[in-house]
Amino acid sequence: MSTRLQKGGRLIDRSSAVEFTFNSKRMRGFQGDTLAAALLANDQMLVGRSFKYHRPRGIVASGAEEPNALINMGTGAQFAPNQRATTTELFAGLTARSQNHWPSLEMDIGVVNGLFARFLPAGFYYKTFIHPRAAWKHVFEPFIRQSAGLGQAPTEADGDRYEHAYAFCDILIAGGGIAGLQAALVAASSGARVMLLEQNAHWGGRAPVDGDLINGKPAEEWIKAVLEALGKMENVTMRSRCMVAGSYDHGYVLADENIADHTPGDGRPKHRLWRIRAGRIIAATGALERPLAFAGNDIPGVMLASAVRDYVVNYGVSAGDRTVLVTNNDDAYRTAIALREAGLEVPLIIDARAEVTGDLPAKARAMGIRITSGRAVVKVKGGARVSGVAIGLQAGEGAVLEEVVCDVVAMSGGWSPVVHLFSHCGGKLIWDDAQAHFRPDSARPPTNQDGASMVFAAGAANGALQGDAALADAGRVASNVVGELGLKTRGKLAKAVVCSEAAMEPVWVMPQGANTVLRAKMWLDFQNDVKVSDVQLAAREGYTSVEHAKRYTTLGMATDQGKLSNINGLAVLSGALNEPIPAVGTTTFRPPYTPVPLGALAGESRGEIFQPLRRTPMHAWHEAHAAYLEPVGLWRRAYCYPRGPETHEQAVHREILNTRANVGLLDASTLGKIVVKGPDAGRFLDMLYTNVMSNLPVGKCRYGLMCNEQGFLSDDGVVVRLSEDSWLCHTTTGGAERIHGWMEDWLQCEWWDWQVYTANVTEQYAQIAVAGPKARQLLEKLGGMDVSKESLPFMGFAEGTLAGLPVRVYRISFSGELSYEIAVAASQGLALWEKLIAAGADLGVQPYGTEAMHVMRAEKGFIMMGDETDGTVIPQDLNLGWAISKKKADYLGKRGQERTYLARPDRFKLAGFETLDGSVIPDGAYIIAEGVNANGQRNTQGRVTSTYHSPTLGRGIAMGLIVGGMDRLGDVVEFNTLPNGTVKARVVDPVFYDKEGEMQNV
Amino acid sequence: MSDPVSALGLARFDGFATVQEIGPLGMISLRAGPEVKALAKAIKAAVGTGLPAPRRIVVAGDRAAGWMSPDEYLLVMPYADTEAAMAAISKTMGAEHHLAAVVSDARAVFDVTGGKADQVLRKLMPVDIGQMAPDELRRSRAAQVAAAFWAIDGGYRVVCFRSVAGYMMGLLTHSAQPGSELN
Repeated sequence: MSTRLQKGGRLIDRSSAVEFTFNSKRMRGFQGDTLAAALLANDQMLVGRSFKYHRPRGIVASGAEEPNALINMGTGAQFAPNQRATTTELFAGLTARSQNHWPSLEMDIGVVNGLFARFLPAGFYYKTFIHPRAAWKHVFEPFIRQSAGLGQAPTEADGDRYEHAYAFCDILIAGGGIAGLQAALVAASSGARVMLLEQNAHWGGRAPVDGDLINGKPAEEWIKAVLEALGKMENVTMRSRCMVAGSYDHGYVLADENIADHTPGDGRPKHRLWRIRAGRIIAATGALERPLAFAGNDIPGVMLASAVRDYVVNYGVSAGDRTVLVTNNDDAYRTAIALREAGLEVPLIIDARAEVTGDLPAKARAMGIRITSGRAVVKVKGGARVSGVAIGLQAGEGAVLEEVVCDVVAMSGGWSPVVHLFSHCGGKLIWDDAQAHFRPDSARPPTNQDGASMVFAAGAANGALQGDAALADAGRVASNVVGELGLKTRGKLAKAVVCSEAAMEPVWVMPQGANTVLRAKMWLDFQNDVKVSDVQLAAREGYTSVEHAKRYTTLGMATDQGKLSNINGLAVLSGALNEPIPAVGTTTFRPPYTPVPLGALAGESRGEIFQPLRRTPMHAWHEAHAAYLEPVGLWRRAYCYPRGPETHEQAVHREILNTRANVGLLDASTLGKIVVKGPDAGRFLDMLYTNVMSNLPVGKCRYGLMCNEQGFLSDDGVVVRLSEDSWLCHTTTGGAERIHGWMEDWLQCEWWDWQVYTANVTEQYAQIAVAGPKARQLLEKLGGMDVSKESLPFMGFAEGTLAGLPVRVYRISFSGELSYEIAVAASQGLALWEKLIAAGADLGVQPYGTEAMHVMRAEKGFIMMGDETDGTVIPQDLNLGWAISKKKADYLGKRGQERTYLARPDRFKLAGFETLDGSVIPDGAYIIAEGVNANGQRNTQGRVTSTYHSPTLGRGIAMGLIVGGMDRLGDVVEFNTLPNGTVKARVVDPVFYDKEGEMQNV
Repeated sequence: MSDPVSALGLARFDGFATVQEIGPLGMISLRAGPEVKALAKAIKAAVGTGLPAPRRIVVAGDRAAGWMSPDEYLLVMPYADTEAAMAAISKTMGAEHHLAAVVSDARAVFDVTGGKADQVLRKLMPVDIGQMAPDELRRSRAAQVAAAFWAIDGGYRVVCFRSVAGYMMGLLTHSAQPGSELN
């Protein structure tokens, strides 16, 4: 029985009871409890099932290292799986459910896996499910997936809010135990900007539980005083419930602040992800106690010694009435003493060491506790709960000398520093023989961009396990860090007095000579069911690298990432390999230290602001008029404007026919607009474009092509000569920022002595294409400027006003119709659009979308970047030789286009295609050729690049690339269709509509 | 002539700080090297301020000149005054190599004010606001888009591109939610 004690519990408020449910059972705890403490207070030791064998699992630890007590928290939009009960603060109305069992926690069908445990050894899945191949996908994987995973996946979108925040500091201290507090005091005294982050809600770490004295007073008093002092300092920021998840290059640190896990529904963000740039990082992250590997060490009721004492001292909760302590070190005796002081029974302390001489054992002895040295737990008795232990010689092989009845086994295998932050960026560890653990090697730290040490371990994280040593170490390390920053510390260091401890003795397997049967019941990884026998088997099968052994056995791969299992596992591996532990090494420590919710990583980036949505000034009008929007980069452009029951296809056809018969409006605001100005601007543009732009007369427009250095087409658009020394370059929608960057790249890096400035004014203007035979009539109705053929001829532009709005009007056409593109200040774009719509009502004006634009340009044989080009196409392939200057000495891409592969005559070249039956060639179809290639695939001689139904012509039209290009006019070729057909098409001129260009030039 | 409209019609959100879209605000992007003698005169003629030092903004009433890059300045003024300012720049710079472009309509402008206005920005922009000079103009990003800001009375003025005004308003609204103060 675990239960609440009558007295004690430094963190709980007994006057404030809290109701919660576990597996629908109503339970009661106190304010200040963790969920794990409250569960134990309600005698709920069994909290889950293990991953592989579905063994019953109880609470083992009292903090972030807990492997077993993982629960499904909350319901619906507040549901979160895999929450650690040991770090979950209790609140009223908390609902928790245990995981990984069916049908119930107490009665689990998956436990049969355990009965077949000897058939489920390490690497079982790899060995078993290899053959037959097809069975993996259809039989094994669905089954394994169903039984895999601990928590459930949420079924609803996360109902909580999350956010990020940026912070900067000179010294970041991870961990608010006494070492972290000491380091913060020292660091802060220098005037440096200090951030002190603690993962728990409480400061001070283990010192108050362990009864350390600091400056002659109980640790708790010193902690309180330090917090008060730090709180008053302007250069110090302190955050509790803020877990430092990882350290990264250049002093970058991520920390996950839990703001409202314990206050759901109060409107605050649930978590906040801190993105911190720190000058130096001090990792005062403490140490974790290791379990011992003895048979049955996974039975509920076997707990870490430190956890047993935490529950008593912090929460006034006893894990059981009779606790047997098993240890290889002195520290664990504190648990026996604490239990006895709380009035609980400790029938026996089993110490694996041959001699037990320390002060703490002496104190335990004085309290009348029986200590037996050189002994081992041979096995734990019990099923769903510990009922006793069988004891033998540690030096032996498992003969039982004695049995003791108990309901808790408190184990301690020594302590391992939390080296994660030190290791994330490459800090190296050294093996400490005396304490049998890896600790940070300050001679080989992770380094910063300036070559200086980036992370410094302090206190227990640095191997200074006891309070006095930890305080001294933290003070020394913090002083060093301050000195490295060129600052000076002030004030005196606090000193601690603790009960001295005798040396520990490493114990990796208990008893050391245990037989196979016992070793197969010694758990290393409680969550993933990895036992001593599994690691030994992996070693025998040749998995000698610790990284391979980890993946083969799944040791340390659970949500706790081996916090408890790591060192024990690699010690067993080293034993099996007969190599020293440091030679075997550790697996890689990777962030995050404990799991960070995906919501915190996403931060504000969800829903409406998942990513920026770019809107033109007329965007709201399009939405209000039922436009179907398509993404074009981050823009949303109107694809078409369906009316009533129209399909998109019908809408597109109507828009095209109306534009060709009357007049249509296109929102072309997204096109890039870059002003290029300066004495060398003409020369610059002649280099950028394949044709000549320097001789473009003022007031005129010219279509131009841009290539990259390799010669491939990169962008196209109309260039306008604004004045003697300034040009306006239109780019594609997707090219605006890219081409502007391309221009600046050449100007800043290569031609830095050319006098040219550029400005990207894309968003300064709304741009509206007014196209169709009645376009001029429409503009004349608005009035304000002369838009006649004489004053404003094709490929000219003019500035003036329309309907009272200042505009610049370009006579350019992408539709093949009489067309004006009107640029107007963005803040008046909607006004002009609405005036055009209103004035054009009796002319039949209709807006048209991007798809109508695409079809109309294809009818005219105009190429489209991204359709006819794909990064492998040069202008010559598209019969655009007329747009390539033969006179210019150079332009970007010229040399590339002269390379033999690009200059060879049998490249795929542009032509038009008309199916013989009038149908539409499928998107992406290839033009098939005779024979097959080396891979047995049909040979091809080309491919379609644009294919549409032309409502103007009433048939399918297409452009494509084909060997021979326009030389093939009249040939009939075959395009493939899905699934196995072909369609015949004749090679034709790609200009299907108005070849002479009479429509656009009226 | 229609009145020019800002991207969001002067949207506002009152959270732990106040977010107010303002505008449209007159802006000119002026490119020229600081070594050009006429530059300081042109800025003086356009907005009445001196030449800003690197990463600084010089404010004079409702006008300002900010340093954007080694050869780019941002001139701020009332919306209606850009034409006169452009003329003044053109006249003063004469034949000196420069580029001046009106960008008033390419931008959206937000004032974030209140005692904790900085906290709204600290959630979105990787900027060490605590170390900024009072007259600093900072070009950075807000979440996923480019943004610049400088201190004004009681808070900050944030400038971004017009097309992402809605996104920026969403960001600022999210970050200014009551109860989400950083401290």
